[in-house]
Amino acid sequence: MEEEDIDLSALSDQELVEQMHDDLYDGLADEIKEGTQILLDRGWVPYKVLTEALVEGMRIVGVDFRDGILFVPEVLLSANSMKSGMAILKPLLAATGAPKSGKMVIGTVKGDIHDIGKNLVIMMMEGAGFEVIDIGINNPVENYLAALEEHKPDIIGMSALLTTTMPYMKVVVDAMVEKGIRDDYIVMVGGAPLNEEFADSVGADAYGRDAAMTVELAKQKIAERAAA
Amino acid sequence: MHDRPSTLLIACGALSADAIAVLKQPGLDHVKLTCLPAKLHNTPGEIPELLQDKIRQSRKEFSEILVLYGDCGTAGAIDKVLVEEKVRRIGGAHCYEFFAGSEIFRALSEEEPGSFYLTDFLTRHFDSLVWKGLGLEAHPELLPLYFGNYTRLVYLAQSPTDELIEKAKLAASRLELKFEYRKTGLFGIENFLAENIH
Repeated sequence: MEEEDIDLSALSDQELVEQMHDDLYDGLADEIKEGTQILLDRGWVPYKVLTEALVEGMRIVGVDFRDGILFVPEVLLSANSMKSGMAILKPLLAATGAPKSGKMVIGTVKGDIHDIGKNLVIMMMEGAGFEVIDIGINNPVENYLAALEEHKPDIIGMSALLTTTMPYMKVVVDAMVEKGIRDDYIVMVGGAPLNEEFADSVGADAYGRDAAMTVELAKQKIAERAAA
Repeated sequence: MHDRPSTLLIACGALSADAIAVLKQPGLDHVKLTCLPAKLHNTPGEIPELLQDKIRQSRKEFSEILVLYGDCGTAGAIDKVLVEEKVRRIGGAHCYEFFAGSEIFRALSEEEPGSFYLTDFLTRHFDSLVWKGLGLEAHPELLPLYFGNYTRLVYLAQSPTDELIEKAKLAASRLELKFEYRKTGLFGIENFLAENIH
């Protein structure tokens, strides 16, 4: 039996948001664009569309990825779909003054050109109201230091996929210590081969196991600094 | 002559043909080979537990167990299992490193961080493990997300044939990467066995 097309505009707000979670899960970019526009047309503020429809949908995707139900290709398709919704929302978010959670500089370390995880983190961090400056891939320590100097973020994020490149994170942290700026920033690290123990060993403040957890930890670390 | 195998070599299924070739050499008839599925290449997080199960199941039957796995992106989880079980593995972060040799592999990576590596096995099974395994068959639009930062494909060849070299070239072309060919042979595995089998 052929699956019937769902008329998104005929759904209630709650049904539509749930349908968008399903569509994100299935990587249906056109449906996400349509759903995003419908919610905006119904008077939803962009931040509410972002958090309740898109970010929550990606959070569900992230949980199933962590639990081995979804794999990288599916997550990439979901991320592409979220991007298509974000493209509509981004200019509106800037204009409507969405809450700002903090600022992050993020990049993949020297010798490593992998950025799938980093780009997912950027998307989820932006979805959570962070301003994110992406310094790209294969970054020597000088790039991180220059970006810290220029952008004065709350958080520096480093990513690596390779066991051979992840030790470079310590080079960056050591350079920050040497310059006397280590404690000016929250240092977060992430990437498939990393773990808590490794993050501790390089002197990071937090290890983001996945994109959703990175967002939670970033919020928590910023709150702790504000309270200190 | 040995009555029955006394040493077990547990290998990644992607290395089975290479391990069989090496074990045909004289003096290794007491080594039995067993493999975990090669498809774990795409889900390495599952390897440590399966490897530990295999080691424990085989303990009674073999006086020595050796492992042909790298770290394989498990963040030390394979090594943790091996330390616990007191079993040795071949050195290197992954098969690319122990095929090429650590020094050459490091030089290749430093020369071009955007290098994507294929072995004989991965070349043979490029379609199922890479092209379809990464979802590119169904979603070619994902190609730039996976490979946009890569510039070359390096075929690290163990026992190459003209057909395999052509397949590797075709793989490079499908991934829109430059092609480079390096013959490694099987020295990495041969040396590991020579050093550890008595």
